[in-house]
Amino acid sequence: MTRYVMVADLRRCVGCQTCTAACKEGNGTPPGVQWRRVLDLETGTYPNVNRVFVPVGCQHCANPPCMEVCPSTATGQRADGIVTIDYELCIGCSYCAMACPYDARSMVDHAEYAFGEQPTAVEATRIGRERIGVATKCTFCAGRIDAGTARGLIPGQDPEATPLCVNSCISGALAFGDIEDKDGPIATLLAENQWFRMHESEGTEPGFYYVWDKGTL
Amino acid sequence: MSQTVTSRRQRHWDLRAAGNFIGGGTGSGLVVVAAAAAVNGAPFRVALALGLGGVAAGLSLVWLEIGRPWRACNVFFHARTSWMTREGMVAIVLIPVGVIAVLTANVPAALFAALLAAGFLFCQARILRAARGIPAWRQEQIVTLILATGLAEGSGIFLIVGASATRWLVIALFAALLREAAWLSYRAGLAATPQAARSLAVFATAPARLARAAQLVGLAAIAVALGIVVAAHGVPSGMAVPLAWIGGALAAMSGWGMKALLITRAGFTRAVILPVMPTRGKGGGHARPV
Repeated sequence: MTRYVMVADLRRCVGCQTCTAACKEGNGTPPGVQWRRVLDLETGTYPNVNRVFVPVGCQHCANPPCMEVCPSTATGQRADGIVTIDYELCIGCSYCAMACPYDARSMVDHAEYAFGEQPTAVEATRIGRERIGVATKCTFCAGRIDAGTARGLIPGQDPEATPLCVNSCISGALAFGDIEDKDGPIATLLAENQWFRMHESEGTEPGFYYVWDKGTL
Repeated sequence: MSQTVTSRRQRHWDLRAAGNFIGGGTGSGLVVVAAAAAVNGAPFRVALALGLGGVAAGLSLVWLEIGRPWRACNVFFHARTSWMTREGMVAIVLIPVGVIAVLTANVPAALFAALLAAGFLFCQARILRAARGIPAWRQEQIVTLILATGLAEGSGIFLIVGASATRWLVIALFAALLREAAWLSYRAGLAATPQAARSLAVFATAPARLARAAQLVGLAAIAVALGIVVAAHGVPSGMAVPLAWIGGALAAMSGWGMKALLITRAGFTRAVILPVMPTRGKGGGHARPV
């Protein structure tokens, strides 16, 4: 059974926001909506301070609370673990946004474009009416994965079958792939490094891993 | 673009959503007390009709808020796990049953409506409890708070539109005390939650203090009214009736204020929490807790 996950190596991320831009360009999200974000966090007090960049977005949980609360069954989950939204079923109640511990869902009530009243050529091809008044979020670029695997490509290894944010990452901080592939790069990366998942106490079993040190605990 | 904010006030549910919890809470509480009146042979139809109106008004406000209102019927698709679906399903039975009870003055129908109203209120409480992204709503004590507040609001309104006899004052006082206990329990739970500091700060603002004062004054007014009625051997005389009205109105209005704040102001998203900082630099480093 395939289970796609993403890994963010916090040691490598430099906070350049290239993944954010790639996601935005590729998915045509309106102003103010970012499916992939990189948080710039400072902790501690002077002189003992730390700074860390944390890529965030939909964690494609194994037990997604958004799917549990969704009254219309618009939120679903594929066999490969990707959490989806059916724009034709969603009523735009935003309950999923309230249930998501990762603040990963967005909704816009009317079409907005980056430069004025009219969409740019790129926006015109990517922004559809179906995404107005409904919940939206990161899809792990499911369309690219499906198109790629249909051609025999491997998500996470072949760029054409890999999420845009991972492809664009300049420091190799983002990785993607099937965690069930025991000899694959994701399983190896997680086996050789220490990692955590966010808000695990909520029982969501996120499909997003944060690597923070080498070696195992 | 640097993004340093990890917890922010939720922007999706505004006063329209709060209106559902206000109308639904007061309405369902009023339906429950009206059914109690029906059992006791007291006039109940006006109170029951108003209660149903509150529930319907709240749901109408939600309808105005959703992004795709013409797909509203899709809300009934997920009864297996969604409390919002369950709320809707209970409502579509509650309204016609309640209307029948109002039109026919049928006591069993009124009782059935009360049962459904209690279920509706429970669903509303669980809707908030299931919001794992908002620590202030995720509190375990939120369920009791919403239930007790709805009953306090409904029994308070009943003192105005129904009657101020001893038993209704006792119910209103009981509900007000229950709500007071639920509120204190909720606040204690919130204070023990690491990510709820900003929500707690909202409940220390002037509007929150005003709602809280109204709640306490209302409770006192109902208690004094009850004392006067008991002293007069069950006859609502002198200041008892106006005090009961004031107490009832304050019980309801303080609940509305609290819910408006809870939904629109105190709903902060869960902040990002890093259990450790990444190790960087030559030779690695030591893991440091955040």
